[in-house]
Amino acid sequence: MDLADKHKRKKIKVHNFMGIRRHAVVLSSLLLIASLGSLMTQGLRLGLDFTGGTQVEVGYQQPADVELLRQQLEIAGFESPIVVHFGSDSDVLIRLQGMPDQGLADRVYEALMDQDEVVELRRVDFVGPQIGEELREDGGLGMLAALVVVMIYVAIRFQLKFAIGAVLALGHDVLIVLGFFSITRLEFDLTVLAAVLAVVGYSLNDTIVVSDRIRENFRKIRNVSSADIINESLSQTLWRTINTSMTTVLVLLSLFFLGGELIHNFAIALMAGVVIGTYSSIYVAATVMLAMNIDREDLIVPEKGELIDDLP
Amino acid sequence: MPNKYPLWKNLTIILIICFGLVYAMPNIYPPDPAIQLSGQSGGMLIDNAVLKKARDSLNEVGINHFGGYSDGRSALLRVTDSSDQLRAKDIIQATMGDDFIVALNLAPTTPKWLAGLGGKPMKLGLDLSGGVHFLLEVDLNAALETRLESDLEDLKGALREARIRYGSLILEKTQIIGQFRRDTQVEEAIKIVRTKFNKLQPQNMPGQNELTLILELSESEKNAIEDNAIKQNLTSLRNRVNELGVSEPIVSRQGRNRIVVELPGIQDTAEAKRIIGKTANLEFRMESLSRGGELFKFRKPGSQGVDARLEKRPIITGENVTDARASFDENGRPQVNITLDGSGGWAMGHATRDNIGNRLGVLFIEFKTRLKKVIDEEGVLELVPEPYVEKNIISLATVQAQLGKQFRITGLDSQNESSELALLLRAGALAAPMYIVEERTIGPSLGAENIALGIKSVIVGLLAVLIFMLLIYRVFGIFANFALASNLLLLMGIMSLLGATLTLPGIAGIVLTVGMAVDANVLIFSRIREELAGGLSPQGAITAGYDRAFVSILDANITTLIVALILYAIGSGPVQGFAVTLSIGIITSMFTSIVLTRGMVNLVYGNRKVERLWI
Repeated sequence: MDLADKHKRKKIKVHNFMGIRRHAVVLSSLLLIASLGSLMTQGLRLGLDFTGGTQVEVGYQQPADVELLRQQLEIAGFESPIVVHFGSDSDVLIRLQGMPDQGLADRVYEALMDQDEVVELRRVDFVGPQIGEELREDGGLGMLAALVVVMIYVAIRFQLKFAIGAVLALGHDVLIVLGFFSITRLEFDLTVLAAVLAVVGYSLNDTIVVSDRIRENFRKIRNVSSADIINESLSQTLWRTINTSMTTVLVLLSLFFLGGELIHNFAIALMAGVVIGTYSSIYVAATVMLAMNIDREDLIVPEKGELIDDLP
Repeated sequence: MPNKYPLWKNLTIILIICFGLVYAMPNIYPPDPAIQLSGQSGGMLIDNAVLKKARDSLNEVGINHFGGYSDGRSALLRVTDSSDQLRAKDIIQATMGDDFIVALNLAPTTPKWLAGLGGKPMKLGLDLSGGVHFLLEVDLNAALETRLESDLEDLKGALREARIRYGSLILEKTQIIGQFRRDTQVEEAIKIVRTKFNKLQPQNMPGQNELTLILELSESEKNAIEDNAIKQNLTSLRNRVNELGVSEPIVSRQGRNRIVVELPGIQDTAEAKRIIGKTANLEFRMESLSRGGELFKFRKPGSQGVDARLEKRPIITGENVTDARASFDENGRPQVNITLDGSGGWAMGHATRDNIGNRLGVLFIEFKTRLKKVIDEEGVLELVPEPYVEKNIISLATVQAQLGKQFRITGLDSQNESSELALLLRAGALAAPMYIVEERTIGPSLGAENIALGIKSVIVGLLAVLIFMLLIYRVFGIFANFALASNLLLLMGIMSLLGATLTLPGIAGIVLTVGMAVDANVLIFSRIREELAGGLSPQGAITAGYDRAFVSILDANITTLIVALILYAIGSGPVQGFAVTLSIGIITSMFTSIVLTRGMVNLVYGNRKVERLWI
């Protein structure tokens, strides 16, 4: 591949990433303001897992008319049912939100069975309101716990300024992915929460690799400005960052197109996370470190704690 | 010489890969649709004679089957065509009768040598196999209240007996609150509580002007009551689930007050809910002295004959029974001690006052379904499920004295009889009410669809990554790809061996692992390229590349692992499935992408002069 060849023959080109960091700050700020604004005004469109309620997925043998079904259900006495196609036009998802009634799903199915067409019950989800509330709490708690534990780990393995940079980058990514779900009104359910936490893992992975190189270069190269060292480090890891993002996006595309309706939003959340995580590992973490005036002095002490690997 | 692994290291690598291969292998053998037969009670012998009867019934209607096998406790019969499975189950059930539990099952086809090594296929989660998941919440306060109610009555009695006057003594939530008129009365009451009711603890120290006494159950007693309530509910649930004929049901406690019920492969969810929700019940009725009343059979015909006539009106029902225990009387004969709640005791006293010398019957009521053979218009034999109620007498004993809250049934033949009677009496009611707080049902076709989609997305994602790596890193891409494939093998092998359950989010975790596992190799290879560009010799660049990338990989993976562990800790079922595959994938990928690829690189390039690396 010629990309690889070009890359190999030349000495690695140093891009002036930090030169445009002011633009990055503006871009990140805009994204964050938009995300926060949307999250505060309209919030997330929480799925059944969090709100509690009942949903029933049924399959017909021919394309189904959702409007007709909705009317039928209303006639059968169900209050404002939401009826939408799910995945294909012969699959229908019926949702009755906020009604904590456990036998509801059965009655919906019975009502549909009364019609002439052959209908197959594909899925029933009933979530009691208390479960939804617990999940919301646990989800938020988990996110905070992940951030704190990671910050501690990075502070120990690297240095506090790195830890602050990494955690701010993580918070940035999580907020923007949440904001993305809020603005696009995509449904936020349990699998999406898992995806957001996986984004934390992924983005962190990226940031750690970049930080690792920054640390190494600070120790190796002398008499060069911090911005230059960071530029050099980012340039050196650029191909790795791009290639890893590429492989991850490839599998996520596969999940998105082939994985089925149930993990559609999972794939979307992770893709958004990979894109924003790749950007933030280049711009956010490093910009934060520069803003805190990171320099050689910060990294001299841990030298003796360097991990000696006996693995190949 | 650089870049050469000692023989033992190479052998270890090969051994680990073989390990992954062997334990991942059971997953490629598709299971056979099968019918599992077991007895309603644990002691029933399921031998070859039973098996033969089941076989014959299938032969009769021409359903092809094979591989019948029985181990004395249960029997398994494989069906050739999966579309026959449901019909086969119904036919066997109709032939064998209601004493047998007939369940649909998927019999593994793992070859003997693999099974001998402990190899088994991964378990499929409900979202892949289809089935029902219920989360039930047990109302533990209700269990505490029931207990306190009876304590309250006893306490009132004890105070009256000791001639301690009290203003009022009431139950408020989980506290007994007493009002007294004089402080000496309070002191005496506390003395009584301390000596006779040591499970109750005074919550305050009433003094000169403080005439209110608050009593609560001690923490340990509360815990014991709660544990007992959950245990009893678990037992009754298991009994009921057994009736459903599910091959591998899960009924287990989750957290303090919840019970998870998972029924894989079940088709009729309404039926499942009916059975889980409904309980067997009890009725206490006097024997009918006239020709009136109703005629019931004994559950076990014995010395008292085959049937007896009972009054139409029950005195109390199973809901009033708070406890029933088998024990021995003064002469060492088996008996059952029964405790009723307050209103039950009152009703029982009232009813037995004028009936001393007559007999009191206990009626056991079960809600069941059976299959009825029906010949439809076209002359085809059809099996139609038909719900019915079964009422049998489990005890008929002479009333010796006026009964109250606590009484006993004596005159039992054996200890077996007394413990069975106690069990039946307890099974009549749940220790505490439960309600469903979460239900998830996945239809069987959706489950199969999810598996197909999952496998497809893994394969396509894997292929895309393989091609990408090959294009970017050439020869080293081959190493990375081999590592990726081994990683999948190891991941599947370990998951199978651990008995981890594969779910749809789990598959998503595997796909994500595929994408992220190559990261380590990308890191290493990028580093090798860099070192080459920096002027190092090929051999030097390989060593430096692996060494320097290692720290980054370790840090990056540990942090991801931390996140995965947190996901596992906070998540429920589906999220945990994702966290498990992600964690195992991270660990196995560390091995394959660092150690395994290094081994291959060493084999190809190590120990010789290399002009140029195809990277």
